[in-house]
Amino acid sequence: MTDVKIAARDVQVYYGDNHAIRDVSVDIKDKTVTAFIGPSGCGKSTFLRCLNRMNDTIDICRVEGDIAIDGEDIYDKRVDPVQLRAKVGMVFQKPNPFPKSIYDNVAYGPKIHGLARNKAELDEIVERALRRGAIWDEVKDRLTEPGTGLSGGQQQRLCIARAVATEPEVLLMDEPCSALDPIATAQIEELIDELKQNYSVVIVTHSMQQAARVSQKTAFFHLGYLVEYGETGHIFTNPEDPRTESYITGRIG
Amino acid sequence: MPLLWLVLTVLVLAAAGFAMGRGRAMASAGGDARRMHSLPVYYGTNVALFVITPALGLLLLWLLVQPAWIENRVSSDIPESAIGESSTLGLVMSDVRRIADGLDRAVAEGVIGEDEAREMRTEFTNVRDRLGEVGVALGSNVEAPILFAAQQYRQMSATGNLWMTVAVLAVAMVGFAGALVLTNKDYRARNVVERGVLVILIAAASIAILTTLGIVLSMLFETRNFFSQYPWTSFFFGFEWAPDFRGNSSLSIIPLLWGTLYISFIALLVAVPIGLFAAIYMSEYAGPKMRSVAKPLIEILAGIPTIVYGLFALITVGPLLRDYFAMPMGLGESASSVATAGVVMGVMLIPFVSSLSDDIINAVPQAMRDGSFAIGATHSETIRQVVIPAALPGIVGAILLAASRAIGETMIVVLGAGAAAAQFNRGLGELVNPFEAMTTVTVKIVSQLTGDTDFAAPETLVAFALGLTLFVITLGLNVLALWIVRRYREQYE
Repeated sequence: MTDVKIAARDVQVYYGDNHAIRDVSVDIKDKTVTAFIGPSGCGKSTFLRCLNRMNDTIDICRVEGDIAIDGEDIYDKRVDPVQLRAKVGMVFQKPNPFPKSIYDNVAYGPKIHGLARNKAELDEIVERALRRGAIWDEVKDRLTEPGTGLSGGQQQRLCIARAVATEPEVLLMDEPCSALDPIATAQIEELIDELKQNYSVVIVTHSMQQAARVSQKTAFFHLGYLVEYGETGHIFTNPEDPRTESYITGRIG
Repeated sequence: MPLLWLVLTVLVLAAAGFAMGRGRAMASAGGDARRMHSLPVYYGTNVALFVITPALGLLLLWLLVQPAWIENRVSSDIPESAIGESSTLGLVMSDVRRIADGLDRAVAEGVIGEDEAREMRTEFTNVRDRLGEVGVALGSNVEAPILFAAQQYRQMSATGNLWMTVAVLAVAMVGFAGALVLTNKDYRARNVVERGVLVILIAAASIAILTTLGIVLSMLFETRNFFSQYPWTSFFFGFEWAPDFRGNSSLSIIPLLWGTLYISFIALLVAVPIGLFAAIYMSEYAGPKMRSVAKPLIEILAGIPTIVYGLFALITVGPLLRDYFAMPMGLGESASSVATAGVVMGVMLIPFVSSLSDDIINAVPQAMRDGSFAIGATHSETIRQVVIPAALPGIVGAILLAASRAIGETMIVVLGAGAAAAQFNRGLGELVNPFEAMTTVTVKIVSQLTGDTDFAAPETLVAFALGLTLFVITLGLNVLALWIVRRYREQYE
């Protein structure tokens, strides 16, 4: 029904001598929400950061194996990681708005990539992004105020709006709700559900309920291995691997 | 009793109080520390604090008040006639103090007896010769009223010291006894000590503040003297600096202030970009190895004495700028120039700007950089648009700190830019020419106060007015820095 957006084959990640990711192969589908679950330190965030080459900024980190987006190897020498990250947006665990106005936070990406030809176009992009981030109504009257003055949940939605402003094709979310209260979490989850109409969303989460609520596909990581990957409903009701079952029933983790 | 002994006695009393307070508290709890409100050490500290604090406080107060009081009493007894035509009460009083000191020393060395010192009369003894024997040289023969005043001075000091000893010891004993009586196992010694600690901390803070206040007041006093002899309008709004110790000087701050600001401006023009870029390289691009070598090397610059920078300006930078810039461009023939001092001062300021900015840039959270990288920004875009704005308040602070240093710098200016004040009557061209010799406020403060100076002349007193103005300017700069930092903080955090 949907095609493969990201194809990873035999991915290995090393932090110095530490072998953090072992033999991970996975196909992530387009216009689908894929959840990565697993205990702390299992490598799910590390793997997520491989998908937009954010690990490049860490000196001791080494990635092996093939990761292709739309069939194109993203670790190929010809690929510019800076361009890649415009295509693969990312939202972090802690909301990290820039010390700029709300407008400039969202306009930052489009500006550095030259997506707008004039001010009117930029305004339009910013408004569209803020609407997609489901925060437009709350901030439309105070776009010039600093982004850091918003509440935690609003900041996180601002960061999502910032990430979608560059029109990415994939959106990576690293525990986007772990610093938020249940109401803000519910808003973000609702937003994720809408985002999957346009993007391939990959979300790392510690909350199995959240994974069950928002995702269609779930991958379970344990000690650097991808233990099980499949339909979310299938993983949670009828896991094949005993380790997956132990984790989702709360026995390991 | 000499002061040292008095202080030692109080300290011994405090130590005894510590032991006894601790012992008494332990005794009242039957030797079981668990039944006491506080740890035993607090009871001891409590008694010691009650001994030390009031006693030493009184001692300090007494030492501050007594000389002024005695001086006041003695000077009111000196008849008008004893003050000569050319002298002042202040000069006479300093003679009185010297004679009193001389008598003290003569008594201490056994040259004259205590009675003799007290009863000595100018009619029978040549005081000048007698004191000369113990090495106290007096300028002229001692007049009777002055000797009498000196004897009175000694007498009152001796009585005062005696009473001081008695009072301090009494207060110490009262504190000792009072605190000891209060001590029992339920006494909240811990809370009292806590408050004592607070008082000590506040006292430390107050000393710093009071010192500043004292500096300002002493400057203010002399500045008032200056303005009573020289019109303030000419000082602030005149355009000429031409001091002449024979009188009729032009003492305007504007030529000096112009030099100060111009040289500081050039210094910042050099220091801010280089320092900031060095800081960015160090914190964002340099690897740990590079950083561990390069950072200390840059900071070595901060350890070079400014006089050495001055020499560098004098023998290297000055001639260099003259031969390769000033002369070919026809802008001047002097090695001493604003540019020389400014450039060298800028080099001196680089480590200030870079070291502080480096720390501040490092303090910007990594999450901020990650957010920018994840959008697809390059490293320098991230630095320019995210890291620097986030670090801006701190960077502004660092720059203003460097500016304060630049304004207060003296040595580099003397050797690099000369000691001739800017001359406003020669036209704008010379004023803005960076290869013209110029000088700053601080240099002129030094030159007005060195050599054989007369502290009553406006040519000397102007130094205080200059100093105070400079102080006000740096204060204003600091207030501005605080204001900017606060403004940006509201916006960014």
